[in-house]
Amino acid sequence: MILRHTTKEVKERSALTVNPAKTCQPIGAMYAALGVHGCLPHSHGSQGCCSYHRSTLTRHYKEPVMASTSSFTEGSSVFGGQANLLQAIDNIFGIYDPDIIAVHSTCLSETIGDDLGQIVGKAKDDGKIPEGKHVVQASTPSYVGSHVTGYANMVEAFIKYFSFNTNEKIRQVNLLSGWVEPSDMREIKRITEMMNIKSVLFPDTSDVLDTPMTGKYQMYPKGGTTVDEIVSMGNSMKTVAMGEWCSKKAAIMLDNKCKVPFSLTDIPIGLSATDRFVQALSTAGKVSIPDSISEERGRLVDVITDMHQYLYGKRVALWGDPDTLLPLVEFLVDIDMKPVYIVSGTPGKAFEKRMAEVLGEKVPEAKFKNGPQADMFLMHQWIKEEPVDLLIGNTYGKYISRDEGIPFVRMGFPILDRIGHSYFPTVGYSGAIRILEKMLGVLMDRQDATAPEESFELVM
Amino acid sequence: MPNKKNYTNGLPDPSELKEEILKKYPRKVAKKRAKAMVVNDPSEGQEIMANVRTIPGIITQRGCTYAGCKGVVLGPTRDIINITHGPIGCGFYSWLTRRNQTKPAEGEDNYMPYAFSTDMQDENIVFGGEQKLKTAIREAFEIFKPSAISIFSTCPVGLIGDDVHAVAREMKAELGINIFGFSCEGYRGVSQSAGHHIANNGIFKHVVGNTDRERTGKFQVNLMGEYNIGGDAFEIERIFEECGITLLSTYSGNSTVESFAYSHTADLNMVMCHRSINYIAEMMEEKYGVPWIKVNFIGAESTAKSLRKLADYFGDDELKAKVEEVIEREMVKVKKVAEEVKPKVEGKLAMMFVGGSRAHHYQDLFNELGIKTVSAGYEFAHRDDYEGREVIPNIKIDADTRNIEDLEVTKDEEHFRDDLVTKKTELEKEGYTFKDYQGMMPEMSKNALVVDDVNHWETEKLIDFYKPDIFCAGIKEKYVVQKYGVPLKQLHSYDYGGPYAAFGGAVNFYKEMERMLATNIWKLVDTPWKHEPEIVGSISIEA
Repeated sequence: MILRHTTKEVKERSALTVNPAKTCQPIGAMYAALGVHGCLPHSHGSQGCCSYHRSTLTRHYKEPVMASTSSFTEGSSVFGGQANLLQAIDNIFGIYDPDIIAVHSTCLSETIGDDLGQIVGKAKDDGKIPEGKHVVQASTPSYVGSHVTGYANMVEAFIKYFSFNTNEKIRQVNLLSGWVEPSDMREIKRITEMMNIKSVLFPDTSDVLDTPMTGKYQMYPKGGTTVDEIVSMGNSMKTVAMGEWCSKKAAIMLDNKCKVPFSLTDIPIGLSATDRFVQALSTAGKVSIPDSISEERGRLVDVITDMHQYLYGKRVALWGDPDTLLPLVEFLVDIDMKPVYIVSGTPGKAFEKRMAEVLGEKVPEAKFKNGPQADMFLMHQWIKEEPVDLLIGNTYGKYISRDEGIPFVRMGFPILDRIGHSYFPTVGYSGAIRILEKMLGVLMDRQDATAPEESFELVM
Repeated sequence: MPNKKNYTNGLPDPSELKEEILKKYPRKVAKKRAKAMVVNDPSEGQEIMANVRTIPGIITQRGCTYAGCKGVVLGPTRDIINITHGPIGCGFYSWLTRRNQTKPAEGEDNYMPYAFSTDMQDENIVFGGEQKLKTAIREAFEIFKPSAISIFSTCPVGLIGDDVHAVAREMKAELGINIFGFSCEGYRGVSQSAGHHIANNGIFKHVVGNTDRERTGKFQVNLMGEYNIGGDAFEIERIFEECGITLLSTYSGNSTVESFAYSHTADLNMVMCHRSINYIAEMMEEKYGVPWIKVNFIGAESTAKSLRKLADYFGDDELKAKVEEVIEREMVKVKKVAEEVKPKVEGKLAMMFVGGSRAHHYQDLFNELGIKTVSAGYEFAHRDDYEGREVIPNIKIDADTRNIEDLEVTKDEEHFRDDLVTKKTELEKEGYTFKDYQGMMPEMSKNALVVDDVNHWETEKLIDFYKPDIFCAGIKEKYVVQKYGVPLKQLHSYDYGGPYAAFGGAVNFYKEMERMLATNIWKLVDTPWKHEPEIVGSISIEA
């Protein structure tokens, strides 16, 4: 037993977090900024933050992740980080030549009260930002929210800085993608293209964090939403914002600043959420839903009905981000599985309310919690009280999986020990088939591995 | 670009490359970086600038003080609860991500797979986090019943003035177990190195010497600066055991606080990673009279050399004979693999930019295969790691170094080993060296380019100039370098391979080099049609 100290009895905790189901804001800001073409994320704090974020993102994507830091030392912490940031901006444009620097704060610079807006303003006044280049900033204190909050703040910052309404309506739809994989971004674009809708997807990490091997390294790969595209988002017909935690802020900003109305949908994971997304797209783009989409949906439903017996009643424990957990749990309920334990460290009042709606009468025994102390230790304790058949979450679940002998599907962030998430989508109808395939794969592997010889079957 | 074939006559002079690199920098930056890049000449005592602040905006490999403190000494120690006091990020990122293997005996504590944090929220930043920390310690004690708890301060904790040391004292009195804190805020110092120093101080102050232990063997030693990546310590322990040497404690792979507490009863300290742990070795000598020697168990030849040095220290004929026997037997296995691998990899070029000793030690393994190191440097070293320990008195103490407490260590009258001091004096007369580290530069070839705190732009230029066959660094560099078609070996995690230490480790490393350097994978990068004439299309379909 690797987690041999985990007690079965749940003791109330008010201060100690053990095995968190969240991390801090800046890494989300860094990920969002990587989804902009020609952008270099910059971490305003000490080196460790930047190093940790780059390492974690690199391990998850197995791709280069570039970002710079203000390299605070004790002096900058006492006298403020203005000098460091000004020097950094100067050096970055001189040496690495990005189109945009996306600065995010850390708990260090927030605590000493550095005003990023003022410093960036000064950089502009001092002529440190070359013509045609940009510095965008977002406030991302680590002691508020989670990595998801940081992502949302950086997306909002880009919209605030770039998007303009010039009263020339464009027949296009804005898509705020939410924190999903490059593969998912590609899939969202594919679905939109199938519907014949011109769209801007923002942020877009496809072709940034899944680049081909060519024998040449490009610091700014061809992918990412371009500045022109982000600017044009102010003239779009409508915004479809995916995920309340990730994308709502930016959608509101677009609405307030540029009068682009939005519809907030879930990230299209599973059947119902994809249905709603497709319908939202159809309304926003003023197009009817093509047969090809209905056929994809039909194939998903076909797989579900074919495999229902293996899924029915299976108890599942999940951890991760609210925007992905909500549609995923809904999907599990749709296919008659029982998501019984759910934790998300990310705070937000809407979580419990919406979870209750999704689980409601169907899984009345479900326990779910988010915010402080909603950690994987608590979830593990629940599992010890009454076990589950399946775990779904990030890599850190492998310890529970091994100790308790529970099949495990990796979804979420970070996935440090497997590949596939960057290349095969889990959004949309075909993404849902992949989720089914993964779940069935581990459940059937377990059945095969543990069946007595006489009931070990070739055909399942 | 230099022609690799000429390298047999010595490495090319990279002065032009250095100029090229510096040209891109603003004047002030260029001036500073020029001093951190040295065209090596081992016949001269050259000076390099190291352990200075990273220039803001420069994409560096470095991490922070917290990472050095939590990651190096206590992170891989299994029987203590390490609570990160701060917002959730730092605790989350240091959760199992530094690769440390540990092997607890049945029923022994192992808290390493857990991440403990106070997960500070904005109200804690405004009103202070001490109460929350106290409650967290009580909760950890209540649930886990550990014998020791330590607290790691993150950036905001230092700024708002939470006194983690006072909290530790209070909780120690209340709970009756060993509790201590570290002021290892990320902004303190210029790199992870500051964190190592802080960790050394803390562990020496609060743990070393706490318990005594009856002698368990004739030759009792500690191994310091061995982090058991990929099971390195297990391989070294195997060799020690065969030679009849008792390893009291490793700092800090496969380590326990329990063994740190009685480690002062050793007869000798062996220091492997000089940068991270020489402080404890120094302090233990002052307080307990235990001398230390520098060893290196990376590379088969180095391992043999270090084992012989160890046997010479004890001067016991039986031990010496046993050591020779083990070396001879192991070397047969090592040489067999080396002979198979060497012809396939000889003459290849390596570059390495890692940590605070690996960039030096791994050159020995490469040498054994005839692979030349053309450029290398450390991520968080000081001048002594480059130039040798004799420069320590000449190192200027700057403000960033002054931020770190220098412990006043005095002789422990009860435990002080006068016998070891006498032994040391006698051995020194015979020419045996203690407290010695020659450093990386004297051991590198002429014209090798030594770069401290290498950054992304420099990495690009180095690859372009040398076209190395293999690059050694960490995860942040891995995929960048590989996009150039150059394989990268992670020396912090070994890419989840290993062990590479001692004799068995050398064999693993040779085979790994064969895999990485003799493979055809990299030839698949170009499409087959890249050099083919284009197929001419036609609009009519031919039957």
